[in-house]
Amino acid sequence: MALFDPTILQSGEYHDWLVQGFILSIQLTVISFALALPFGALVAVMRTSTSRLLRAVGTTLVESIRNVPLLAHLLFWYFAFPELLPEGLREILYANNPEVVCAVIALTLYSGVHMAEDIRSGIRAVPATQLEAARSLGLGRAAAVRLVLLPQALRASVPPLLSQTVNLWKDTSVATVIGAAEMMYQAARVETASFRSLEAFTFATLAYLTVSLLISAVAYLFQRRYPVRTAA
Amino acid sequence: MLELIDTYWLYFLVGQYPDGPLGGLVLTILLSGAALVLAMPLGLMLGIARVSRRRAISLPVGAFVQLVRAVPLLLVLFWVYFFLPAVTGVKTSQAMTMLIVLVVFDSVYLAEIVAAGIRALPKGQLESARSLGLGYGQALRHVVLPQTLRHGLPSIVNQLVSTIKATSLGYIIGLSEVSFIATQINTLVFTRSVEVYLILALTYFILCFGLSRLAFLLERRLQRRPVGAH
Amino acid sequence: MIVLDNVNKYYGDYHALVGITERVEKNEVLVVCGPSGSGKSTLIRTLNRLEDIDGGRIAIDGRDIHAKGFDVNALRAGIGFVFQQFNLFPHLTALENCMLAPVQLKRASKADAREQAMALLDQVGLAHKADAYPDALSGGQQQRVAIARALAMRPSIMLFDEPTSALDPEMVGEVLQVMRSLARQGMTMVCVTHEMGFARDVADRIWFMAEGKILEKGAPGDFFANPQHPRAIQFLADRNRN
Repeated sequence: MALFDPTILQSGEYHDWLVQGFILSIQLTVISFALALPFGALVAVMRTSTSRLLRAVGTTLVESIRNVPLLAHLLFWYFAFPELLPEGLREILYANNPEVVCAVIALTLYSGVHMAEDIRSGIRAVPATQLEAARSLGLGRAAAVRLVLLPQALRASVPPLLSQTVNLWKDTSVATVIGAAEMMYQAARVETASFRSLEAFTFATLAYLTVSLLISAVAYLFQRRYPVRTAA
Repeated sequence: MLELIDTYWLYFLVGQYPDGPLGGLVLTILLSGAALVLAMPLGLMLGIARVSRRRAISLPVGAFVQLVRAVPLLLVLFWVYFFLPAVTGVKTSQAMTMLIVLVVFDSVYLAEIVAAGIRALPKGQLESARSLGLGYGQALRHVVLPQTLRHGLPSIVNQLVSTIKATSLGYIIGLSEVSFIATQINTLVFTRSVEVYLILALTYFILCFGLSRLAFLLERRLQRRPVGAH
Repeated sequence: MIVLDNVNKYYGDYHALVGITERVEKNEVLVVCGPSGSGKSTLIRTLNRLEDIDGGRIAIDGRDIHAKGFDVNALRAGIGFVFQQFNLFPHLTALENCMLAPVQLKRASKADAREQAMALLDQVGLAHKADAYPDALSGGQQQRVAIARALAMRPSIMLFDEPTSALDPEMVGEVLQVMRSLARQGMTMVCVTHEMGFARDVADRIWFMAEGKILEKGAPGDFFANPQHPRAIQFLADRNRN
């Protein structure tokens, strides 16, 4: 048996498994991101709201989700959550890729609260004096928020949000614990079937590296093009 | 729920010990603490190398840090678990494997904390130390690092929280940490999944939330007593 | 004691120091003044190599401080530098600030360093604050501790880079008083300062700098009464108006 046989990475059954895994990892990332971002924005708005109740709800959500590891979330949604569903819904869940659905729920919530914190820190990075200045020019609260606060807040939020996206991409690997056939699952499957662990893990490593570095490159370019110019 | 806790609390806490290796919550805590402590000296060295003015040192270290942060912890765990025995000839236990991987990851993140802290220190501190005739190493040891570590303490506590959460990945290689034990209990009991996993979540929450509150209080204390020249 | 020979320095294209050729004698008190951006801070920072030069030669006690293999740390140990921003070490008490360098550089045992530090703190009027941390001290007190810390190394030269510019007006006096007494004791001092009263009373010579050059130099009496260079005249007029 050769030490490293790259051919299995290029074609054949094992290659197909690994590619399928890679595709599912990407899908998990994209879907979870699409759901997590609005969720995170909503939570961020709650946490910065003037209503004490909303702030409390937001904080509870963030702290209770953030302080539990992603693996435990996945276990809960896959093993415990279906028990809470009425019979009919449970059947529907089990018939439709429950591993992926539960993975998406867990990833969305977990990433979402981290994004909420990033957006919140972006909002807080804009000094209160900015809003004051906008209001004293005669702008209404909504206009002041829209034209002065949000653009600055978003620009400050993008770098940490992109960093959180890289984390999300890496976190999809944990979904293997509930049997989602993403890349780590497939790499382990190839290893069990063929003992070609070196090739399988190399494939996975290159895949993760490439996408991570790609997203980081986007973050770097964004910071070059839109540097955060703070009020001196 | 109470009878569940009553029956299984010891198993949850220490796994099969003393009839088997240590497991459960105690294993989680011990692994995390040990990993952080062992990673400190390494993280310190890497952090200092990160801010070195000699590119021959700062660039390779920077590349290494970027690399480690670009791959999932689970992948590194698989690499070490599958290949370390082949390389060293010694069969490493799951706990040892987990510890090695955690130390590598923690040292990289600690290095970032140290590097950020050194960069954030006012330039005048290093200048005044050098002006007294202290060498660069002496200035680091007596002036820069004491301040950096003090400021970095909240971040270091947060890193401990991250480490505790990271130990859960040991589940996947069969390590008997607390999430693994919870699933074992769930398999035994079978009909009380919601309660089992809620208890697991609550356990992590108390531990991690408690520590992050500590970090928050430390940060507040640092702000009230500004450790910085005018 | 200090000899500058055609010293030039550039920041990119900007010519910060232009062909400076001067001497500073032992026991002399030299004041360097001029508008901001004139290069006075840059000049004083080249003397202990906090800044390096791009051309020319600087010799202290006859030795070229940029010679190959020259021990920079030994140079700095023999020169005391007082910063505008004090730069005390916030994690150490006033006493510990003064003890750090002598102990670490093996100039004194811990006990001797402590004794000497206490004596110096007493000299600057802060013996009662020996165990205080910098954040408990006022700006003027911090600067006085900074002076004591620099003196703890028994330097032969003291450099002051705008020592009172960051202080509230009521604290300027206490720091100048310490500097005056140092001058009386015969210390070789180079002071970059805006305090013209101090210059008039204490300085042996004044250098007026603008745009990287020394445009006028002389005894304080001559300089203040009879400035020659138009820039100097302008500078003093602005000062007097304020």
